[in-house]
Amino acid sequence: MAVDQNLKIELGKQGVFVTTIEELYNWGRRSSIWPMQFGLACCAIEMIATTMARYDLARFGAEVFRPSPRQADMMIISGTVTKKMAPQVVRLYNQMAEPRYVIAMGACAISGGPFKQGYNVLKGIDRYIPVDVHIPGCPPRPEALIQAFMTLQKKIDAQPLTGEGRPRHLDANAPGEFPVPVQGEHDLEPAANKNVWTVPKIIQ
Amino acid sequence: MKTVEEIKAAIEAAVPGAGLEIVPNPSPSAQHSLLLRPESAIAVATFLRDDGELALDFLSNVTGVDWLDKEIAEKVKVTRQVSRPVEGGEPGQVQMVEETVEETRKHVQSGYLEVVYHLFSMAKKHGPVVLRMRTENRTDRVELPSFTPVWRSAEFQEREIFDLFGVVFKGHPDLRRLLMWDEFKDHPMRRDYVDPDDFEYEPTAHDEVLKRAQEHNEKQGLGT
Repeated sequence: MAVDQNLKIELGKQGVFVTTIEELYNWGRRSSIWPMQFGLACCAIEMIATTMARYDLARFGAEVFRPSPRQADMMIISGTVTKKMAPQVVRLYNQMAEPRYVIAMGACAISGGPFKQGYNVLKGIDRYIPVDVHIPGCPPRPEALIQAFMTLQKKIDAQPLTGEGRPRHLDANAPGEFPVPVQGEHDLEPAANKNVWTVPKIIQ
Repeated sequence: MKTVEEIKAAIEAAVPGAGLEIVPNPSPSAQHSLLLRPESAIAVATFLRDDGELALDFLSNVTGVDWLDKEIAEKVKVTRQVSRPVEGGEPGQVQMVEETVEETRKHVQSGYLEVVYHLFSMAKKHGPVVLRMRTENRTDRVELPSFTPVWRSAEFQEREIFDLFGVVFKGHPDLRRLLMWDEFKDHPMRRDYVDPDDFEYEPTAHDEVLKRAQEHNEKQGLGT
């Protein structure tokens, strides 16, 4: 239940602060999303640039890159995910504690990019883990990554704590672990997690 | 630096029975290379590294090349006996005449895998010297001696060639796949490697990708 905006301002003038548990809870969650310290390819260089003084990701409360998945809230898939690396990425995601979020950064992470038709590159990490924000670009500029951060913050802010669309850690039936693909003779098996990703319909 | 011919002469003087061949490079760079025999390759490599004048102490690059079976057409002049009717003779009377005919003969040159080494000298600041080695065929006799005991920098590059081309380096201390995973079958950089049909929609398919798109669509019965 949201507080009426005008009433809130009026009460604020009287020195009374009114909010909801949901608003407070989501404000806390979105204001310190700690990413995992983890880079895959050239996009990682842009990710590093984003954290440095010029772009300063600290403004969004996300400057603390954690070296352990146990302490991280978010994973930035920054670069090409090869079929050799994909099981490790899914395993790291499984090791993260809820609530957890994923940003797929760059053409390779969202679709395989220029290597899509190759024999060794995964055609997008969203086949195995749920991705919250996709950023196109090769590589995306730091501004694009900041835009993705803000999109993610808006998404967290809009999440209700009960009912439909609540975050996974508040939903007992939501999947906590995602199956790690096995490296087969030519490709990963299975080629995609059916519960997470389906083949998009082609409209011609 | 010595020319390839001089290096060849120096090697042959130092390693008897080296059996080198010069592979000419007709391009302006004229980087001719030396084709080594696998039997004497280690002795030649050790000589090149330790020789005071050449001192090729740095192996910069190892490359694999896959040469498929090649059909070679040759034009050969053949003389043969042909029967001809005798001019001005009775009908039915023939005589044998020799005739020269040009014939096209085709033979298949069997393919092989080739490994190319580029050597430089840090001490003398010269290079490159290009060495080549060839396997007997592409299927079962794919063994070559490893240069890792001579130049340590060959280790990962030979592993990569083993991974992607399937050349087996004898004497390599740790011959495992480097880029692909251990369970992977086949060698993806070979010219006849067929990867599994996992084609997906491509907005601007062209060339190889267009061919794959068409093959995939035919298999799926989608039409092109």
